[in-house]
Amino acid sequence: MMEQWLESTPSWSNIALFFGLGALLLAVVLAFVTYGILAERKVMGFMQGRIGPNQVGGRFGLLQTVADVLKLLLKEDTIPKAADRPLYVLAPIIAFTPSFMVLAVLPFTDSFRFADIGVGLLYYIAVSGLTTIGVVAGGWASNNKYALLGGMRAAAQMISYEIPLVMSALGVVLLAGSMNLVDIVAAQKDVWFIFAQPLAFLIFLIAAVAELNRTPFDLPEAESELVAGFHVEYSGFRWAFFMLAEYVYLFAMAALVTILFLGGWHPVAFLGWIPGAVWFALKFCAVVFVLIWFRATFPRVRADQLMEFAWKVLLPLSLVNIVLTAVVKAWFF
Amino acid sequence: MMLRTEEMILNVGPQHPSTHGVFRLILKIDGEIIQEATPVIGYLHRGTEKIAEGLQYTQIIPYTDRMDYLSAMTNNYVLCHAVETMMGIEVPERAEYLRVLAMELGRIASHLVWWGTYLLDLGATSPFLYAFREREMIINLLNELSGARLTFNYMRIGGVKWDAPDGWIDKVKQFVPYMREKLHGYHELVTGNEIFRQRVTGVGRYTKEEAISYSLSGVNLRSTGVKWDLRKDEPYSIYDRFDFDVPVRDGGDCLARYECRMAEIEQSLRIIEQACEQFPPEGPIMGKVPRIIKAPPGETFVRIEAPRGEIGCYIASDGKKEPYRLKFRRPSFYNLQILPKLLKGQNLANVIAILGSIDIVLGEVDG
Repeated sequence: MMEQWLESTPSWSNIALFFGLGALLLAVVLAFVTYGILAERKVMGFMQGRIGPNQVGGRFGLLQTVADVLKLLLKEDTIPKAADRPLYVLAPIIAFTPSFMVLAVLPFTDSFRFADIGVGLLYYIAVSGLTTIGVVAGGWASNNKYALLGGMRAAAQMISYEIPLVMSALGVVLLAGSMNLVDIVAAQKDVWFIFAQPLAFLIFLIAAVAELNRTPFDLPEAESELVAGFHVEYSGFRWAFFMLAEYVYLFAMAALVTILFLGGWHPVAFLGWIPGAVWFALKFCAVVFVLIWFRATFPRVRADQLMEFAWKVLLPLSLVNIVLTAVVKAWFF
Repeated sequence: MMLRTEEMILNVGPQHPSTHGVFRLILKIDGEIIQEATPVIGYLHRGTEKIAEGLQYTQIIPYTDRMDYLSAMTNNYVLCHAVETMMGIEVPERAEYLRVLAMELGRIASHLVWWGTYLLDLGATSPFLYAFREREMIINLLNELSGARLTFNYMRIGGVKWDAPDGWIDKVKQFVPYMREKLHGYHELVTGNEIFRQRVTGVGRYTKEEAISYSLSGVNLRSTGVKWDLRKDEPYSIYDRFDFDVPVRDGGDCLARYECRMAEIEQSLRIIEQACEQFPPEGPIMGKVPRIIKAPPGETFVRIEAPRGEIGCYIASDGKKEPYRLKFRRPSFYNLQILPKLLKGQNLANVIAILGSIDIVLGEVDG
């Protein structure tokens, strides 16, 4: 569907359509972020014996996040005197833009997707790596020691965990024989890759949590040590952009896990009559729930242990996984 | 080519989420490794000891509430105990039982706050809320007893201010099995967690000799293998009537201190259980105390086991209604002395783990 439009002759209606669809995706993502944050607060509240938001927007706090964002919009835009001004202003944008760019390649159902490119997985990983630059730049430009330490940790962590992330995804690529995310989902018609690649799934999930800077790998913004880490000097909407990037990545990563390992829009055995979009949403929500569950349960790992874990445990394991997958595929298929 | 590197001074506190109050730490760091740590204290200094010189003995009691505000009952007790020792006042049995119950409940509440905030420091958010849920029940119990939630001002020289309300003992009895069950849950959630164990095992280690030479007390001492608990070794009040153990660990690291405190909660529950069983159904709650309390000339020093270590009270009296000089040995202050030594050469993330494991209360450090 998208390809036909892209290849059709340019016209005003085409351009309007592209912008319209882009805006639609942005709206969907923002709605997710709004209610993802609410869900996180509600689920964590439930796990911690609290109620969670229950005042703004009815007894389920449905407008709580909206109110929070409005508050952030109204806040004074402060920039520290000693900050590197251009970089300071630019950093949240650098951090946020890639998070939205990666959404283009994610196929949500077999017909609803924005760009069906051959190296979808590679594109995702390459573009998402750009966010690190925004985080480091923000930490550096703030001219604050806590922010600097947070930015350094973020850079070290994101670079280290990108490697096991890619390596574990390679197992999936080997089995599917393609880097195209649609083909990867299509290859899971009979067996989801979570069953064919359990080790890769675990490594991918752990590395994904680290990429998302979420507990137990939330070192860059470790509140109890670094106060708030790289965004300690940011306030108002610039800060909101960092948080937005984080939650859009949560959206993107949960979708990617669904696509790579949970069979995307493929239904469970007898329940084929339920549309693929619903299946995708269900699996996606399950992944998000697990990530929230992690946050409510685990303490934080230490910086040096984090590095050791990536290089000494996850990387060798993912290499073993690639070799095993290759051997199995070469001999048995 | 060698890169030019610089040491950086990092100022932690006095406003920092993990310094548990207004504690300031100046760290000289090389990357994330600490070269030197200089603690700065005194932001919460209120001159309790000097103020006390102008107050009558009973009037000092509310000031003691504000030293270690997480376990105000033990502070109340140490002052009353010192004056009672000087004046030779007999405390009625029922009052002693009420005091012990209040102190042990306070000890559990104090350790719960420690447990929750320590895990918050280590990045786990849920334990804090669980701990405070249970602590809230204790606070409610103590509130029923004394009319206050934190600064109880409950004990008096010669007894206690209020008798237990009807049914209070039963509520305490019901609390014990509830707390045991929750404690089991805490161990399930946290103690066996691999990430947690990696964060605390072998971190902030010191030896028995170092602990003694730095005058550490309480859990900070017992975690190195020294079995020293004043409730057992120099029994005061009616602690000799109860059957309980003194938890000791050999590790001397953060894990040992964690385990000691968790085990102490269990032991306190045992004491509470026995105290509820033995609780005299009737009797006075105040002993025979002269209308005007005047300690005889001379001096005395008493010490008891507070949740954070040995709290001592020294009183020098010249026979007036007010003390001539009053000094508290505040365990947090002494326990904090070892911090610069422990922090040297450590990773920045360990600062929080080590500082938290010492368990300080700034109201007590600064006096």
